[in-house]
Amino acid sequence: MTELIETKAYGSVPVEKRQLITFPGGLYGFESYHEFALLDSHTPPFYWLQSLDDRDVAFIMINPYVAVSDYVLDIAEDDLKTIGSPPPEALLVFAIVTIPEDHRDISCNLQGPVIVHREKRLGRQSISLDQRWKIKHYLLQREGRDAQEGQSPC
Amino acid sequence: MLILSRKVNERIMIGDTIEISVVEIRGDQVKLGIAAPRSVSVHRKEVFDSIQAENRAAVQLPTDLSDLSNLFGGIIPDTRDDDALHDDN
Repeated sequence: MTELIETKAYGSVPVEKRQLITFPGGLYGFESYHEFALLDSHTPPFYWLQSLDDRDVAFIMINPYVAVSDYVLDIAEDDLKTIGSPPPEALLVFAIVTIPEDHRDISCNLQGPVIVHREKRLGRQSISLDQRWKIKHYLLQREGRDAQEGQSPC
Repeated sequence: MLILSRKVNERIMIGDTIEISVVEIRGDQVKLGIAAPRSVSVHRKEVFDSIQAENRAAVQLPTDLSDLSNLFGGIIPDTRDDDALHDDN
Protein backbone atom coordinates (compact mmCIF):
# COMPACT_ATOMS: atom_id res chain seq x y z
CA MET A 1 0.00 0.00 0.00
CA THR A 2 1.48 3.31 -1.03
CA GLU A 3 0.29 6.87 -0.71
CA LEU A 4 1.47 10.03 -2.35
CA ILE A 5 3.13 12.72 -0.26
CA GLU A 6 4.42 16.16 -1.18
CA THR A 7 8.16 16.53 -0.77
CA LYS A 8 10.47 19.50 -0.83
CA ALA A 9 13.06 17.75 -2.94
CA TYR A 10 11.14 15.60 -5.41
CA GLY A 11 7.57 16.90 -5.56
CA SER A 12 4.91 14.21 -5.28
CA VAL A 13 6.40 10.89 -4.20
CA PRO A 14 4.81 7.53 -3.33
CA VAL A 15 5.68 6.19 0.11
CA GLU A 16 4.84 3.00 1.93
CA LYS A 17 3.29 2.91 5.36
CA ARG A 18 6.52 1.66 6.94
CA GLN A 19 8.25 4.88 5.86
CA LEU A 20 5.83 7.05 7.84
CA ILE A 21 7.21 7.97 11.25
CA THR A 22 5.45 9.80 14.07
CA PHE A 23 7.52 12.14 16.24
CA PRO A 24 5.25 12.72 19.29
CA GLY A 25 7.45 15.60 20.48
CA GLY A 26 8.49 16.87 17.05
CA LEU A 27 12.09 17.96 16.61
CA TYR A 28 13.80 20.76 18.54
CA GLY A 29 12.56 24.02 17.09
CA PHE A 30 9.88 22.10 15.19
CA GLU A 31 7.85 20.81 18.10
CA SER A 32 4.50 21.13 16.32
CA TYR A 33 5.47 18.87 13.40
CA HIS A 34 4.68 15.28 14.27
CA GLU A 35 4.23 13.31 11.05
CA PHE A 36 7.20 12.62 8.81
CA ALA A 37 8.24 10.30 6.02
CA LEU A 38 11.69 8.76 5.79
CA LEU A 39 12.95 8.65 2.22
CA ASP A 40 16.08 7.63 0.41
CA SER A 41 17.60 10.68 -1.24
CA HIS A 42 18.68 10.42 -4.84
CA THR A 43 22.16 11.22 -3.55
CA PRO A 44 23.63 8.47 -1.39
CA PRO A 45 24.33 8.19 1.49
CA PHE A 46 21.69 10.70 2.51
CA TYR A 47 18.10 10.30 3.61
CA TRP A 48 15.31 12.83 3.72
CA LEU A 49 13.08 13.31 6.74
CA GLN A 50 10.11 15.00 5.13
CA SER A 51 7.29 16.61 7.14
CA LEU A 52 3.83 15.57 5.98
CA ASP A 53 2.35 18.80 7.37
CA ASP A 54 4.57 21.24 5.48
CA ARG A 55 6.53 20.29 2.38
CA ASP A 56 9.10 22.99 3.13
CA VAL A 57 10.02 21.33 6.41
CA ALA A 58 12.46 18.62 5.37
CA PHE A 59 15.78 17.52 6.76
CA ILE A 60 18.63 15.64 5.20
CA MET A 61 20.01 12.93 7.43
CA ILE A 62 22.94 10.58 7.38
CA ASN A 63 23.81 7.44 9.27
CA PRO A 64 26.16 8.76 11.99
CA TYR A 65 28.31 5.64 11.72
CA VAL A 66 29.12 6.70 8.16
CA ALA A 67 30.32 10.07 9.47
CA VAL A 68 32.23 8.64 12.44
CA SER A 69 32.97 4.96 12.43
CA ASP A 70 33.30 4.83 16.22
CA TYR A 71 30.13 6.79 16.96
CA VAL A 72 28.44 5.54 20.11
CA LEU A 73 24.81 6.33 20.82
CA ASP A 74 24.81 7.42 24.45
CA ILE A 75 21.40 8.79 25.40
CA ALA A 76 19.04 8.70 28.37
CA GLU A 77 16.86 5.63 28.74
CA ASP A 78 13.79 7.87 28.77
CA ASP A 79 14.56 8.90 25.19
CA LEU A 80 14.36 5.26 24.13
CA LYS A 81 11.21 4.74 26.20
CA THR A 82 9.40 7.52 24.36
CA ILE A 83 9.82 5.58 21.11
CA GLY A 84 8.79 2.28 22.69
CA SER A 85 12.19 0.92 23.86
CA PRO A 86 13.22 -0.66 20.56
CA PRO A 87 15.40 -3.78 20.55
CA PRO A 88 18.74 -3.04 18.83
CA GLU A 89 17.60 -4.46 15.49
CA ALA A 90 14.58 -2.12 15.40
CA LEU A 91 16.51 1.02 16.35
CA LEU A 92 17.56 3.38 13.58
CA VAL A 93 19.91 6.27 14.30
CA PHE A 94 20.43 9.33 12.12
CA ALA A 95 22.30 12.61 12.29
CA ILE A 96 20.66 15.69 10.75
CA VAL A 97 22.81 17.30 8.08
CA THR A 98 23.32 21.04 7.68
CA ILE A 99 24.43 22.32 4.28
CA PRO A 100 25.47 25.98 4.36
CA GLU A 101 25.92 28.16 1.29
CA ASP A 102 29.41 26.80 0.81
CA HIS A 103 28.54 23.14 0.47
CA ARG A 104 32.05 22.13 1.43
CA ASP A 105 31.16 23.12 5.00
CA ILE A 106 28.52 20.40 5.17
CA SER A 107 28.18 19.10 8.71
CA CYS A 108 26.04 16.71 10.66
CA ASN A 109 24.64 16.97 14.16
CA LEU A 110 26.03 14.16 16.30
CA GLN A 111 24.91 15.77 19.55
CA GLY A 112 21.21 15.66 18.68
CA PRO A 113 20.75 12.25 17.04
CA VAL A 114 17.38 11.26 15.62
CA ILE A 115 16.27 7.86 16.83
CA VAL A 116 13.51 5.79 15.23
CA HIS A 117 11.74 2.60 16.25
CA ARG A 118 11.27 1.15 12.79
CA GLU A 119 8.55 -1.30 13.80
CA LYS A 120 6.45 1.07 15.89
CA ARG A 121 7.33 3.90 13.50
CA LEU A 122 8.02 6.30 16.35
CA GLY A 123 10.80 8.85 16.34
CA ARG A 124 12.47 11.36 18.60
CA GLN A 125 15.41 13.71 18.57
CA SER A 126 17.52 12.94 21.60
CA ILE A 127 20.58 14.59 23.08
CA SER A 128 23.87 12.77 23.41
CA LEU A 129 25.16 12.40 26.96
CA ASP A 130 28.63 11.90 25.54
CA GLN A 131 30.07 15.37 25.04
CA ARG A 132 32.54 14.16 22.44
CA TRP A 133 29.78 14.41 19.84
CA LYS A 134 29.27 17.90 18.54
CA ILE A 135 26.41 19.76 16.94
CA LYS A 136 28.61 20.58 13.95
CA HIS A 137 30.64 17.63 12.88
CA TYR A 138 32.16 18.55 9.53
CA LEU A 139 31.91 15.79 6.94
CA LEU A 140 34.68 17.04 4.71
CA GLN A 141 38.23 17.94 5.47
CA ARG A 142 39.28 21.45 4.56
CA GLU A 143 42.50 23.30 4.88
CA GLY A 144 43.06 24.23 8.50
CA ARG A 145 40.40 21.88 9.70
CA ASP A 146 40.28 18.22 10.42
CA ALA A 147 36.87 16.79 9.60
CA GLN A 148 37.12 14.52 12.61
CA GLU A 149 37.55 17.41 15.01
CA GLY A 150 34.00 18.54 14.58
CA GLN A 151 35.05 21.98 15.68
CA SER A 152 34.42 25.36 14.23
CA PRO A 153 37.12 26.22 11.71
CA CYS A 154 37.69 29.71 13.06
CA MET B 1 6.92 29.36 37.87
CA LEU B 2 7.70 28.22 41.39
CA ILE B 3 10.49 30.24 42.94
CA LEU B 4 12.29 28.91 46.01
CA SER B 5 15.06 30.52 48.05
CA ARG B 6 17.84 28.12 49.01
CA LYS B 7 21.14 28.52 50.81
CA VAL B 8 24.35 26.63 50.20
CA ASN B 9 23.93 22.92 50.95
CA GLU B 10 20.15 23.16 50.92
CA ARG B 11 18.28 20.93 48.52
CA ILE B 12 15.19 20.69 46.36
CA MET B 13 13.43 17.48 45.43
CA ILE B 14 11.64 17.13 42.10
CA GLY B 15 9.37 14.14 42.34
CA ASP B 16 10.79 11.32 44.45
CA THR B 17 14.01 10.79 42.60
CA ILE B 18 15.55 14.05 41.42
CA GLU B 19 17.54 15.98 43.97
CA ILE B 20 19.10 19.35 43.32
CA SER B 21 21.53 20.85 45.79
CA VAL B 22 23.18 24.24 45.92
CA VAL B 23 26.87 23.36 46.11
CA GLU B 24 28.47 26.77 45.94
CA ILE B 25 27.56 30.40 45.37
CA ARG B 26 30.27 32.71 44.13
CA GLY B 27 29.40 36.16 42.80
CA ASP B 28 26.80 35.75 40.09
CA GLN B 29 27.51 32.07 39.63
CA VAL B 30 25.81 29.22 41.38
CA LYS B 31 27.06 25.65 41.27
CA LEU B 32 24.30 23.07 41.41
CA GLY B 33 24.54 19.37 42.11
CA ILE B 34 21.94 17.25 40.37
CA ALA B 35 21.27 13.68 41.41
CA ALA B 36 18.87 12.02 39.02
CA PRO B 37 18.28 8.47 37.84
CA ARG B 38 20.25 7.48 34.77
CA SER B 39 16.96 7.33 32.85
CA VAL B 40 16.49 11.08 33.10
CA SER B 41 18.46 13.33 30.80
CA VAL B 42 19.95 16.46 32.30
CA HIS B 43 21.38 19.09 29.99
CA ARG B 44 22.22 22.77 30.07
CA LYS B 45 19.44 24.80 28.47
CA GLU B 46 21.99 26.14 25.95
CA VAL B 47 22.29 22.65 24.46
CA PHE B 48 18.57 22.61 23.65
CA ASP B 49 18.82 26.12 22.24
CA SER B 50 21.75 25.31 20.02
CA ILE B 51 20.17 22.11 18.71
CA GLN B 52 17.03 24.13 17.92
CA ALA B 53 19.16 26.68 16.07
CA GLU B 54 21.01 23.94 14.18
CA ASN B 55 17.70 22.33 13.12
CA ARG B 56 16.48 25.68 11.83
CA ALA B 57 19.70 26.05 9.85
CA ALA B 58 19.42 22.46 8.61
CA VAL B 59 15.95 23.01 7.19
CA GLN B 60 17.31 25.76 4.89
CA LEU B 61 18.50 23.17 2.45
CA PRO B 62 19.22 23.24 -1.20
CA THR B 63 16.86 20.77 -2.88
CA ASP B 64 19.41 19.92 -5.52
CA LEU B 65 22.03 17.78 -3.88
CA SER B 66 23.68 16.64 -7.07
CA ASP B 67 26.92 18.45 -6.34
CA LEU B 68 27.21 16.62 -3.03
CA SER B 69 28.02 13.37 -4.77
CA ASN B 70 30.87 15.19 -6.50
CA LEU B 71 32.08 16.59 -3.20
CA PHE B 72 32.21 13.21 -1.61
CA GLY B 73 33.59 11.56 -4.69
CA GLY B 74 32.75 8.12 -3.42
CA ILE B 75 34.55 8.64 -0.12
CA ILE B 76 31.41 7.95 1.82
CA PRO B 77 29.86 4.69 0.70
CA ASP B 78 26.14 4.25 0.29
CA THR B 79 25.33 2.09 3.28
CA ARG B 80 21.65 2.64 3.08
CA ASP B 81 20.89 -0.87 2.00
CA ASP B 82 22.01 -1.97 5.44
CA ASP B 83 19.33 -0.31 7.40
CA ALA B 84 16.50 2.09 7.28
CA LEU B 85 14.24 1.54 4.35
CA HIS B 86 15.05 -1.90 3.23
CA ASP B 87 13.89 -4.98 4.97
CA ASP B 88 16.46 -7.61 4.43
CA ASN B 89 14.47 -10.34 6.08
